Amino acid sequence: MIYAEILAGGKGTRMGNTEMPKQFLKLGHKPIFIHTVEQFILNKRVEKIIICCPEQWMAYTKDTLKKYHIVTDKVVVVAGGATRNDTIMNGIQYIENQIGLNDDDIIITHDAVRPFLTQRIIDDNIDGALKYGAVDTVVEAFDTIVHSQDGKVITDIPVRSEMYQGQTPQSFNIKLLKSLFLSLTDDEKNILTDACKALVIKGTPVHLVRGEVYNMKITTQHDLKVANGLVEGDK
Amino acid sequence: MINQAYRLIAPKQIRADFVDLKIDDENLIVRPTYLSICAADQRYYTGSRGRVIMKQKLPMALIHESVGEVVYDPKGEYPVGTNVVMIPNTPMEHDDIIKENYLRSSKFRASGFDGFMQNVVSMRRDLIIPFQIEPRVAVLLELTSVVMNAVENFKKSANARKNVIGIWGNGNLGFISALVLKKTYPDTKIIVFGVEEHKMAYFSFVDETYLINNIPSDLRVDHAFECVGGRGSEAAINQIIDYIQPQGSITLMGVSETPVGINTRMVLEKGLTLLGNSRSNYDDFKKSVELMETYPDVCEYLSTIISEEVVVQSIKDMHKAFEDDLNNDFKTVMKWDI
Repeated sequence: MIYAEILAGGKGTRMGNTEMPKQFLKLGHKPIFIHTVEQFILNKRVEKIIICCPEQWMAYTKDTLKKYHIVTDKVVVVAGGATRNDTIMNGIQYIENQIGLNDDDIIITHDAVRPFLTQRIIDDNIDGALKYGAVDTVVEAFDTIVHSQDGKVITDIPVRSEMYQGQTPQSFNIKLLKSLFLSLTDDEKNILTDACKALVIKGTPVHLVRGEVYNMKITTQHDLKVANGLVEGDK
Repeated sequence: MINQAYRLIAPKQIRADFVDLKIDDENLIVRPTYLSICAADQRYYTGSRGRVIMKQKLPMALIHESVGEVVYDPKGEYPVGTNVVMIPNTPMEHDDIIKENYLRSSKFRASGFDGFMQNVVSMRRDLIIPFQIEPRVAVLLELTSVVMNAVENFKKSANARKNVIGIWGNGNLGFISALVLKKTYPDTKIIVFGVEEHKMAYFSFVDETYLINNIPSDLRVDHAFECVGGRGSEAAINQIIDYIQPQGSITLMGVSETPVGINTRMVLEKGLTLLGNSRSNYDDFKKSVELMETYPDVCEYLSTIISEEVVVQSIKDMHKAFEDDLNNDFKTVMKWDI
């Protein structure tokens, strides 16, 4: 089966004094995460969508889904974990308990706060995960990346043509991802907060999927203002 | 959801715009699978519509010829994955006499509002028709429906003697007009008049073809279809007037940006009927779907005029499709994968 896991675990600490996690703030006429979930609902290959959110916001998330008429068995809400990887694993745990795991099951993990993704990005993630086992969505780096170990002087300037910026979705064969997580020590888990990075360090190739520059992450008030500036009403 | 509309903002400039698409309890959400480029789209793309019209209409997503898959139906009438053709003419009222494609209140995709170059399209339930044919060929349903509209008009208005029908124009419209007329009137002699011999070679199902400077002087047609348009309209219509039998009908289908001078003296002397035609409605699409589903050879013939298929995964690919189309003999279709 093809699963999508919407990572809505953020508590909005970078958003300043907003009252609620950033995924619940409005973009146009709807909360950000509703736009994201709808994009996955409209992909016919995605069979189940698991929304992982902070435990205390689960009821709110369910209410909001209802308010925007997303009442379908295809969408479930699950409690997220303390870290990004814990959250991903909670989603996988849900699948294992409720549905069962098959060898060729894949999961598309996506930030709830990246509502601008396209059907092409979703499809390319599905195709890539089925073919290679692990893919990461990226865009070419436009700015020169400067590496500094101490934050004061330049250590290195990597070749820009080899640099990419990571986005989401990140998609995986579920059994591959699970076995990787089980192999991590507690120390490794604390350092390897990105699933793709963990796979790469453990020697599993992760293939690239072309993202879009506009597949932006809405993290700050500035991002939200930019995003709202981009979106217009339906004509 | 946030939908992407790929809008033309100036000649040869396309931008991804983000639209807060409402998902309601009525409209279906369709993901385009194939889109095909029409001369009308090219007139916008290249800027030949003129500055005033361009300023008035842009930014606007182009393309009014498209098929897609249902990805969401709030009423569950159409299963996800159902292939449907999307009707670009969008009636806003009903009239007992005037057909909706001629009502001034109707809106038309990629003319009055956004066309089908979008990530997904919200479609009214009365403006989609499911079909069971290859989507790559079904994308020509819109153009076929335009011909169907003209043929229905011709059936009602032309006199009964239909021994010979002449078609002026060897492009897409001429090809599909010839094909639909041959299926509608199998016993009628269909003759095509054109200027490009290599393109006329594709018209294997017609009875005769002639280059317009090499027409036998004693040849006559009972009725004619003008599928030329543009700067060639005037010469074509006046040549038709020369070769048509008295009281024949001339079905006008080619669009011209400038007024066309017509030999009205001979129109009067011969008592000719000039029939204006534009666009199509639901019934024309329905009949076109039936035609393609009933006659597999129609789909075979239509597939021969798909000159190029461009897989579109980026705005750059869209430009490639439009640029290539300018040099292609027949249709350019875009396989929508964006």
